[in-house]
Amino acid sequence: MHTARPKYIASIAGRMLLLLFLVSILSFTLIVKAPIDPLLSYVGAESTLSEEAKAEIARHWGLDAPLPARYATWVKNLLHGDLGMSVTYKRPVRSVIGERFSYSVVLMLLAWVFSGLLGYAAGIFAGFRRGGLADRGIKLFCLVLQSAPTFWLGLLILSFFSVKLGLFPFGMAVPAGKLVSEITLGDRIHHLILPLFTLTIVSIGKITLFTRQKLIEIMNSDYILFARARGESDRQLVFRHILRNTALPAVTLQFSSFSELFGGMALAETVFSYPGVGTATTAAALNGDAPLLLGIALISALFVFSGNLIANILYGVVDPRLREGGDYV
Amino acid sequence: MTSKDTPVLAVRELQISFSMYRKGLRKESLRVIRSLSLDVRKGEIVAVVGSSGAGKSLLAHAVLGILPSNAVTEGEILYKGETLTPALQRKYRGTEIALIPQSVDYLDPLMRVGKQAACAGGGPEAQRAARAAFARYGLEPRVERLFPFQLSGGMARRVLIVTAVVARPALIIADEPTPGLGAEAATETLRHFRQLADGGAAVLLITHDIDLALHVADRIAVFYAGTTAEIAPAEDFKRGRDALRHPYSKAFLDALPQNAFKPIAGAQPYAGRPPQACLFADRCPERTNACAGAVAMRALRGGEVRCIHAT
Repeated sequence: MHTARPKYIASIAGRMLLLLFLVSILSFTLIVKAPIDPLLSYVGAESTLSEEAKAEIARHWGLDAPLPARYATWVKNLLHGDLGMSVTYKRPVRSVIGERFSYSVVLMLLAWVFSGLLGYAAGIFAGFRRGGLADRGIKLFCLVLQSAPTFWLGLLILSFFSVKLGLFPFGMAVPAGKLVSEITLGDRIHHLILPLFTLTIVSIGKITLFTRQKLIEIMNSDYILFARARGESDRQLVFRHILRNTALPAVTLQFSSFSELFGGMALAETVFSYPGVGTATTAAALNGDAPLLLGIALISALFVFSGNLIANILYGVVDPRLREGGDYV
Repeated sequence: MTSKDTPVLAVRELQISFSMYRKGLRKESLRVIRSLSLDVRKGEIVAVVGSSGAGKSLLAHAVLGILPSNAVTEGEILYKGETLTPALQRKYRGTEIALIPQSVDYLDPLMRVGKQAACAGGGPEAQRAARAAFARYGLEPRVERLFPFQLSGGMARRVLIVTAVVARPALIIADEPTPGLGAEAATETLRHFRQLADGGAAVLLITHDIDLALHVADRIAVFYAGTTAEIAPAEDFKRGRDALRHPYSKAFLDALPQNAFKPIAGAQPYAGRPPQACLFADRCPERTNACAGAVAMRALRGGEVRCIHAT
C-alpha cells in the first residue's frame, strides 16, 4: 500500500483534472449554445449603442470567433486566475464566488455536521426500537422529509417561524439597514438559523434511514450473535461492535452526499434570500451572466469531487479491510 | 447439589417454536424442535448429528439463550443440575458455557481478533488469558493484531476455538465446526475438541458429518425433524447398522459413501407438522399402525431410542 501511494495520488489528480476539463467543456458549450447574448446582458436591452459599436465590442471580446477558439481563450485566462467579470455584480467572478462561498460554506458545513450527527443518532435510536412507536414516528418523519421539495419546506418553515411566530428574520445574512461595523456575530447566527434548520432537516432523512437499516442488518449478523454467545452485554455490543460497524458506512454516505447538499443549499438560500452561492447561481442564470455561471459550475464540480474523494480516502483509513488489505498473511 | 454424576448439561423435553405471521395477520406458531432430550457429562463429547433443517443449531442457541425474540421454548435445560434461567444464561455465557461457531464470519470484521477473544472479562486479566490461549494453540502474538479477514483457514479455526476456551468453560458447544474442511483439517479440529474434553470440559458437538463425529465423540445423538431419534455410544455406530436401534440411524449409516451409499426415499417432514406420532413413519420400512400412536424416548441396550419397534 505504501509503495502505491504516489501512484494513487497521481491517479486522483488526473481524474480531478479530467473531470474539471469535461465539466468546463460541457458547461461552456451549453452556455454558448444557449439563447444568452453576453453582449446584450452586458449593455442591457435598452442600450443606445450603435450596431457598429456593438460589433466592435463583440470583436474585442472575441465573440465572433469559433467555439473552440473562444473556449481556448477562456481556459487561458482561467489558468491565469482570471474567471472574467460578472455582469450581474459588476465585479470579477473570482471575488464574487469567494465572498459568496464563504457564506455558503458556513451554511453547508454546519448543516452537514448537524444532519450527520442527528441523523446518525436518530437512526441508531430507531433501529434499536424497531417496530416501536418511536421507530415508526422517525421513519414516517424521514420519508415525509425525503419526499418534500426543499423550497416548499423552506417556505413552510419561513412562514411559521419567521412570519407567524416572528422569532427569526425572514431573509438575508445580516440585518438590513445596519452599518457593517455594527453587525455582530449574534446577528449573523440569528440570520443563519432558519436556512440552516431547513437544510439540516432536508438532509437528515437519508442518513437516518440508512443508519437504521444498517443497524438492523448488523443486529441480525452472525458476529453479533457470536458476541452475545461470548457473554458481551448489550452495552458492550453497542460500544465494541455496533457503533464502529454502523459509523463507517454512515460517514462515507455523508461525504458522498455533498452533491445533494449543494442542490439543497441552492434552494434553501433562494427561499431565505441568503447571499451565498445558491442565490448567486439563480441571479446569474436570470441575468444571462455567462462568466459567473461557468465559474460556479467549476467550483461546484470541485466541491462535489472533494466530497467523494474524502469519502474514498476515509474509507481506506478507517476500514482495516482496505487499509491493511495488502498485508495478507 | 452437584455430584459427580450430575451431567454438565441436561436437556429435558425441550421444545422450541417460533411465532410468525403468515398470510397477512394470522399469527401462527411453528414448532421447530419438539421433545429433545440429551445429556452431556464432564470429559465427554456428545455429537448431535442430523441433516440440515433438523434444528441442530437452535439447540445450541437455546442453551446459550441467544434465540431470536420470537422464539418460545418449553421444557428444561439444566446446567450442573441447575435450571438455566435467562439471568443464569447471561451470567454463564462466555465464562462457563462457550460457543465455537462455524466460520470466521462470526467475528466482527472491524475488530482485531485478539481483542475479540479477550472480551469475556474485559480488563488486562482477560487480555493475559487470551494471550496464553493463543500460545496454547500455536498462534503467535502477532496473530492477535490481525483482523478476521487476514486469517488463513488454519489460523481462523484455531482463533475460533481460542475465543471459546479463553475463560476455560465447563461446557463447550461447537456448532458445525468443520464445514467445508478437508479431512486433515477437520481431524485436527476434532483433535482439539478431544483435548478439551480430556481436559475436563463437556463438549456438545453439533454436525451433519457423522463420519467425523464417529472419530471423536463418545456418544452420538441422531436428530430427526426436531427430535432425538436415537442416542447411542459411538461404538455402536462403528459396529454397523445392526448395533443401532432406530430405523433412521440405520438408514443414515447406509447413506454414507463408504457404506452402501444408499439414499433414503422421502423427505424430512416440514417443521409445522403436529403429530405426537413417530415422525419418521412415512419413510420407515418397519411402519405399522401402532406408529401413529404416541412414541416416547425409551432406554434400550445402553442407549435411548424413540421407536416402538426397536429391539
